[in-house]
Amino acid sequence: MLGKTANGLFWMSRYLERAENTARLIETGQRIALTRLGDDDAREWASILQSAGSYPDFMNAHEEVTKEAAINWMLRDRDNPSSIRTCIEAARQNARLVRTAITGEAWEAINAAYMSANASIARKVAERDLTEVLQRMRQATALVRGMILGTMMRNEIFDFLRIGTFLERADYTARIIDVKYYVLLPSINAVGTMIDNVHWESILRAVSGRGGFRMEYGAGGGPREIVHFLVLDKRMPRSLAFCVSKIEDNLRYLDPEGRSPTLRMVRDLKTQYLSHDVSAIFDYGLHEFIQSVLSALGDVAAQIERDFRFYE
Amino acid sequence: MSRWRRFAASRLLRGRETGVRMSETEIFDEMWGTDARLRAPYSGFHDWFGREDPKRLRAKQREAEELFRLTGITFNVYGKAEAEERLIPFDIIPRIISGTEWARLSRGIEQRVRAINAFLHDIYHKQEIVKAGRIPEEMIRRNDAFLPHMIGVEPPGGVYTHIVGVDLVRTGPGEFFVLEDNARTPSGVSYMLENRETMLRMFPELFSQNRVRPVQTYPFDLRRSLAACAPGCAASDPVVAVLTPGIYNSAYFEHAFLADQMGVELVEGHDLRVVDGRVAMRTTKGYKPIDVLYRRVDDDFLDPLNFNPDSTLGVPGIMDVYRAGGITIANAPGTGIADDKAIYSYMPEIVEFYTGERPILQNVQTWRCSEADALAYVLDNLADLVVKEVHGSGGYGMLIGPTASRKDIAAFRRKLKARPGNYIAQPTLSLSTVPIFSRAGLTPRHVDLRPYVLVSPGNINVTPGGLTRVALKKGSLVVNSSQGGGTKDTWVLED
Repeated sequence: MLGKTANGLFWMSRYLERAENTARLIETGQRIALTRLGDDDAREWASILQSAGSYPDFMNAHEEVTKEAAINWMLRDRDNPSSIRTCIEAARQNARLVRTAITGEAWEAINAAYMSANASIARKVAERDLTEVLQRMRQATALVRGMILGTMMRNEIFDFLRIGTFLERADYTARIIDVKYYVLLPSINAVGTMIDNVHWESILRAVSGRGGFRMEYGAGGGPREIVHFLVLDKRMPRSLAFCVSKIEDNLRYLDPEGRSPTLRMVRDLKTQYLSHDVSAIFDYGLHEFIQSVLSALGDVAAQIERDFRFYE
Repeated sequence: MSRWRRFAASRLLRGRETGVRMSETEIFDEMWGTDARLRAPYSGFHDWFGREDPKRLRAKQREAEELFRLTGITFNVYGKAEAEERLIPFDIIPRIISGTEWARLSRGIEQRVRAINAFLHDIYHKQEIVKAGRIPEEMIRRNDAFLPHMIGVEPPGGVYTHIVGVDLVRTGPGEFFVLEDNARTPSGVSYMLENRETMLRMFPELFSQNRVRPVQTYPFDLRRSLAACAPGCAASDPVVAVLTPGIYNSAYFEHAFLADQMGVELVEGHDLRVVDGRVAMRTTKGYKPIDVLYRRVDDDFLDPLNFNPDSTLGVPGIMDVYRAGGITIANAPGTGIADDKAIYSYMPEIVEFYTGERPILQNVQTWRCSEADALAYVLDNLADLVVKEVHGSGGYGMLIGPTASRKDIAAFRRKLKARPGNYIAQPTLSLSTVPIFSRAGLTPRHVDLRPYVLVSPGNINVTPGGLTRVALKKGSLVVNSSQGGGTKDTWVLED
């Protein structure tokens, strides 16, 4: 396979995953705003923008944080490299680049997602249409994933797609934890306050983890359990441990003899950060822990580019 | 049934009303001939059409467009923003050619392509045709498309034009003319294939009622044909790749489509590098040599070391590898001289000189404005002629006298006088028409035809069919997609 193709596949799936995560973030923000339990709108949306990693860019382009501006920015602003619109366009552009590597079905699903985005978010979206539009975007990206899973050969093409997906997903989950880490710090109260509960719920919602968490912990469960769930639970499809083990699996398929530096880095990441229990994480410091994982994930992405000759 | 009759009758009526001499204005319709009598190749289609509900057909026409949009069969418009992707309009009424007509056409095309390859070999070697006085030497030497780098080079398998798309027009039952021999990198074959695919999906019954020869093996034939031209150093299963200028190129869809259909890599200049005397592509596991490169990049951009030094689309040093026999480039560099419009006027001589036969297909009468007599005639008759740039393509930079304004004609007159050698002129041909399915029903529109030809050592393969381009504007003779033309499925029947 061409290095360029591997690069295109990797980024195509990263952008698709990012589009979906951004949709999830907007839903979360909207949900909190609607429950009116958050402190004030502006602060909540600022923290949502921080999770998306685009707070500084947003502030460069805007005077202040308002709900409307934040939603518009994340949904459809072309200046925001993580807006749903930018991500879907970038995913399609990469798909065109690797058109010969993916199946016709997968390509048509991406093209359909692009056409659907063009139809629904090319113009400003009214609040009353927001839920439906976000739903449509998530369904469109889910259809792409379904087509990829259902029609593509399990070969190196598929491996690069998967690595892109799980790197992006791990990155996103880590950011969600980091932005809300202060509400996840162990408190003296065994039971959280009303406000705590809203925050915890919003974190779980942002990773589609509410159902899974309730299944595991019933009505109970506080910060400790949430951190365990999001970082270490290997059954949770958006946890760091899950994503990293998928990255490792797919790298191993690409490099059965295990000679690539990337594979070694991923294994190190696992032993260093994901093989302890949750108390060790709190001892290390939740924020510091997440920062270390994020930087290790960044290193892995950079090493993949080199190992598989994306550019040179 | 009556719909057809009305349509055919109205055409005749229009001719009578205007009172011009029929012999000159009579336009040959592929379905109705010149006498409103249904032509035999259309009889099966006509029966089917008569039974169809126009509403259903209109819905199908829209469905076809959605299908094209979803599959991404779009082209980028030059000079427009990246988001500008357009569909080439597709019309559901096929252009139908009988087996007998086709047999003659394909013989003529084969003859012409054989002559072109012999001509190219000759002008880059001994130039016998010049020595024989059949073509003036300066036509070659002073031609921009003549590539001195190719002098004395022996392309692998002796093939220069691996892929040719010959543009034909028709003016009467037996009158086919060659308008252009596209010997560089003819495009549009993906539309031939997708148009058929679309018709098969929408109207499968048509293909069980009519015996239409298949075109779908083209990608497979192309791969086999390219592989057969591999250089001596190639592996037993030669590595083929398609070279594209990139995703912003207007024909990117086609490049990706062909690579996909052939099952080969689609590469760009920056994926390639010369390694150990071979051109190799950067894979995830290191550099891998390529045996045959189907390039969709113009000569000038192919090699910044040998040609345009600013090109980022090509591969530095590929020409040196080529000259040393380390790779096949399809089509060979320097083939442009064979489809140059000034050389075109010599095609009848070229065919006779190399094949020893009379040309089966006619050339359009051509005045070379570089010659004083011809220039004088052209300047006197601008309002009746079509004037083209010698190196122009895509319908740009041409004058169609009968439809041009006086201002346009005056402007062209100045250009002609300033650089006569840059132009040729031809009579305005009354191109044949095929009905299109429009809101008002069926209306005749002018068409041309581009069949595709694959050349490998000892083998010339003409795909039975081709791309029919259709001018969608009433009376227009310009069929180019860049100028608002559309396409049709093209059927060759088994007689």
